[in-house]
Amino acid sequence: MTELTKLTLKEASAGLLNKEFSAVELAEAHLAAIEKANVALNAYVVVTPEHALAQAKASDQRLAKGDARALEGLPLGHKDLFCTNGIRTTACSKILGEFVPPYESTVGQNLWNAGAVMLGKLNNDEFAMGSSNETSAFGPVVSPWRRRGSDGNPSDDKLVPGGSSGGSSSAVAANLCLAATATDTGGSIRQPAALTGTVGIKPTYGRCSRWGIVAFASSLDQAGPIARSVEDAAMMLSVMASHDPKDSTSIDAPVPDYVAQMQGSMKGLRVGVPKEYRVDGMSPEIQALWDQGMSWLKDAGATIHDISLPHTKYALPAYYIVAPAEASSNLARYDGVRYGLRVKGDDLIDTYENTRAAGFGAEVKRRILIGTYVLSAGYYDAYYLKAQKVRTLIKRDFDDAWNDVDVVLTPTTPSPAFAIGEKSGNPLSMYLEDIFTVTVNMAGLPGISIPAGLSGQGTPLGLQLIGKPFDEGTLFKAGKAIEDAVGRFSPSQAWWMG
Amino acid sequence: MHVDETTVRRIARLARIKITDEEAKGLEKELSGILDWVEQLKEVDTEAVEPMTRVVAQDLKMRDDMVTDGAKADDIVKNAPESEDHFFVVPKVVE
Repeated sequence: MTELTKLTLKEASAGLLNKEFSAVELAEAHLAAIEKANVALNAYVVVTPEHALAQAKASDQRLAKGDARALEGLPLGHKDLFCTNGIRTTACSKILGEFVPPYESTVGQNLWNAGAVMLGKLNNDEFAMGSSNETSAFGPVVSPWRRRGSDGNPSDDKLVPGGSSGGSSSAVAANLCLAATATDTGGSIRQPAALTGTVGIKPTYGRCSRWGIVAFASSLDQAGPIARSVEDAAMMLSVMASHDPKDSTSIDAPVPDYVAQMQGSMKGLRVGVPKEYRVDGMSPEIQALWDQGMSWLKDAGATIHDISLPHTKYALPAYYIVAPAEASSNLARYDGVRYGLRVKGDDLIDTYENTRAAGFGAEVKRRILIGTYVLSAGYYDAYYLKAQKVRTLIKRDFDDAWNDVDVVLTPTTPSPAFAIGEKSGNPLSMYLEDIFTVTVNMAGLPGISIPAGLSGQGTPLGLQLIGKPFDEGTLFKAGKAIEDAVGRFSPSQAWWMG
Repeated sequence: MHVDETTVRRIARLARIKITDEEAKGLEKELSGILDWVEQLKEVDTEAVEPMTRVVAQDLKMRDDMVTDGAKADDIVKNAPESEDHFFVVPKVVE
């Protein structure tokens, strides 16, 4: 039955419709794989077998009646940042304790309404703050990928799966779900996808509802899928995206058929290559990968153009003002009164301070304090307002670029996956993981990461495509051209299956 | 921008997070490092630039002024660490 876990969403859907196997069999195969592998990978923080089998059974009844919906019977992992009705949701923070939401996120509800099956909740960096999944209160996630040591043999070093959606990327790459939900505030979908050889797309800000997703930085947060193929990602986003009156920033525009748009012609597509992404000290293998990406797109019919996005280098520092500022406001709600952890003190203020001291991890505290500082009296103009003005300039760079090109091609990350503990000592070096992805959130644009090759150590590398607002279709089309040229990637040995 | 220990303590107080002496020392260094690094934004001329307030131009929608949800007191207090008769219970705040 293990073969069932290796299918793409598309293949599994066809298998169900052709009655080659049932939705219950598909769910059982995945639950068995999780049972075996989760000790080694720590990708799931909650597994929900009864829930999954009940959904799968209902899907089988639908399939028998010929009444299948878009994702009927397809088993998914669900990032623990999404509230799930009756199922513990913690954002992988101690401060939410055993919080059980009495409601479902809109993105989650869209998936279940389309017949998808939830296997469980996936690990992530605490409140999605991190680039390696090491800040989770449930411990780090391990990538199924292993790098080669200097002797050329596979090393036992535990590699990070990226973050914050590290449970999602690890589970998809290790065949512990067919696809997964994820969220991206500064790169949290695309960076983990790049580090695990999976496809991840952050749609345009406003394309997916944020309702019922634990908030980190409200002007940057977006939901999106991580999947094993471009088509699977397109299938997922077609369902996840919607207009939602419960999120006033969600966009009231019809959701296109992304799978159909993916199949469009590449002829004459203008691809921009920004010179500012050639950062100092970029490794030759990342440069080579990028060049390779250009030639694949050219072979598919696109034209390549040099462009300039002059404010690129200011995106990351501006992000580290905007995101912590918004986080410090959003996380003010965790006060030990209405839900989650409470650590009693001498009085109410003391209770707040004890609760938040015990409930938040080091990285979350660091960001709340930075956010509090930059928003404190006398500093607002110098930091937050300044950063929001820089953001206007970053967006303007892209607005200008769209006069000449249709899509922008860059590497997704500056380097391949690193080992657990390798970067956790220095917050700034961890922040630099997002150097190529964060501009996209600052400008609100869609961005996709496509697996494009392996590093000298034998671990995955990704290329990023950035699109115009609401032009996810072009990202799927150009992403497919890269996937068609290079193929898909999976770890050579399933060591995590014990 | 150097943040001294007194400032770290003031910020932690504003954020309602109790910090130990050891944490305060570590944070002094980390926050100073991060704030030094964001100083580079000063290089950017933003004199005539409007701050970004929204990503996509869209008027906020108005909804009908009607009650559409409610009568969920049980749900609302269900996750509270301490509640009584649909009230959240907190330590005494007035003598």
